[in-house]
Amino acid sequence: MSSADLSSIPLKQRLAARGYDGLTLLCLPAILFLLALFIYPFLYGLVLSFEPKQGGIFANYQRFFSDSFLYGTIGTTLWLALPVTIATLVLAIPIAFRVRLMKNQRLLTTILVVPITLGTVLVAEGLLNYLGPQGWFNRTLMTFGIISSPVKLLHNYWGVMLSLVITGFPFTFLLTLSYLSGIDPALEQAGATLGAGPWDRFKHILLPLLLPGLAITFCLSFVQAFSVFPSAVLLGAPSGPTRVISIAAYQAAFEEYDYSMASAVAMIMGVVQLTIVVLVLGVRGLFYRGPAGGGKG
Amino acid sequence: MVKDTRLSTKLWAAANWALIGFFVVNLLAMIATVVVSSFSTRWLGTWLPAGWTTRWYSAAWAEFQLYDVLFVTFQIAFLVVFLSGLIGVPAAYALARRDFPGKKLIMLLFLLPLLVPPITFGIPLATVLYQTGFAGSMSGVVLANLVPTVPFVILVMIPFIEQIDTKIESAARVFGANTFQLFIHVLLPLLAPGILAALLLVLVRTLAMFELTFLTAGPTSQTLVVALYYAVFAAGVRAVQSIDAMAVIYMATTLIWLVIALRFVNPTQIVARAKK
Repeated sequence: MSSADLSSIPLKQRLAARGYDGLTLLCLPAILFLLALFIYPFLYGLVLSFEPKQGGIFANYQRFFSDSFLYGTIGTTLWLALPVTIATLVLAIPIAFRVRLMKNQRLLTTILVVPITLGTVLVAEGLLNYLGPQGWFNRTLMTFGIISSPVKLLHNYWGVMLSLVITGFPFTFLLTLSYLSGIDPALEQAGATLGAGPWDRFKHILLPLLLPGLAITFCLSFVQAFSVFPSAVLLGAPSGPTRVISIAAYQAAFEEYDYSMASAVAMIMGVVQLTIVVLVLGVRGLFYRGPAGGGKG
Repeated sequence: MVKDTRLSTKLWAAANWALIGFFVVNLLAMIATVVVSSFSTRWLGTWLPAGWTTRWYSAAWAEFQLYDVLFVTFQIAFLVVFLSGLIGVPAAYALARRDFPGKKLIMLLFLLPLLVPPITFGIPLATVLYQTGFAGSMSGVVLANLVPTVPFVILVMIPFIEQIDTKIESAARVFGANTFQLFIHVLLPLLAPGILAALLLVLVRTLAMFELTFLTAGPTSQTLVVALYYAVFAAGVRAVQSIDAMAVIYMATTLIWLVIALRFVNPTQIVARAKK
């Protein structure tokens, strides 16, 4: 079709042929909303972080990376988020494999959803009671003679770690389960027919098919754990061992009212999260990628 | 699945069940401590409290002005539910039915607010909302909460809409329905279960959403979860039991909706639909 013909067709029809018509416009409000309240604040924050209260354009970042009280938060947060992510995955994978075999998964998955809906604040309040020196956890351990004096699990690293595992586990578990359910059981049965034991089937069939999904799960769980805030304040030692990066950002914004610095910290937080996600997804590219179904072809 | 009868398999299964049991027992015990404590007269250094009472509920109700807080919480939650449905469902319909250049980019735009944690985008968002004067009031809290819920509704609804046969819509068109009539008389009844499920999950998410509300709320626009945070944060001023009573009230408000939501959806949907 020559360009002369093309211009004789009304614009409306030409657009409709490519998929743009009145109906497509229905997604415009949602797009505008997110541009205004998600993309714009991010760009605004990025620009704001280069307009510090005093000093040159990089003053905020210079301050962050020269003050150990500030740059130390990256290490503190990573030291919490990485073990938590690994712990939830190590817990979630065998449980997901077990639940996959069950006929009635609904009750168990429902119980596991509860921590997500309760949220971090309630879990923190619950753990303050439950893990305290006189709480049921320490009492049970002492009754069985496993420990002689209460273990200190609150207002330190372990309190935050445990609360993150509890709130993070259901998410990791449900994602792993949904990836696992997507693997065709025929593949495993074929392996069994050819004489592969459970471990061999796991190692040579299920794990390679699951790994790409696990990489995504790892990223999402990590990003959630990395942005820990309420439990680090309520269960941890917010001025010391669990002074995570979100506390630094919050203090800059709402205690010092230095929005420029707060934006800089938020941007650094985003960059660290992104770096880990890109690294994990880069490793994911090395894994098997292809259909997880059997099929005849 | 493959049946296996050897000893190592059975031992491994037993170990798995022990792990599941350990997690569930600790989780339930943790929730139980809060409930027990909220009904106790005095609970120090014993397995169970010295006596039982319900007075902490009336104490908490008065102390934390829970009537106002609950009223604000449900106002915010229902506004968020209504608006995210209003913006999200039509957008999901457009994305499910049309294929156009740039759709991938738009899907990415809808995916990002679910992948980026609330506190990361919440701080710049709160800054913008404070400068435009929205933050500190109910409108600011609603706007902030809509950022993750609108994409959530869209991503949950797309597969729901895709499974509705387009022939039904064509038939309605043949009989002369316009887009609005089509929506009201054909699509809405067919989509009702999906919309209901998505909106109930939005309700649960909004009630439990701490970070965004915390960053944007003023003294008169706190939701229950933020009020609970402040109560726990300033613990020591008030009796533990009264904070626990408040926690139980909060638990009840979220769990009721969760139980209702789970009648319509599979639990994995709460997280898994957000992944693709």
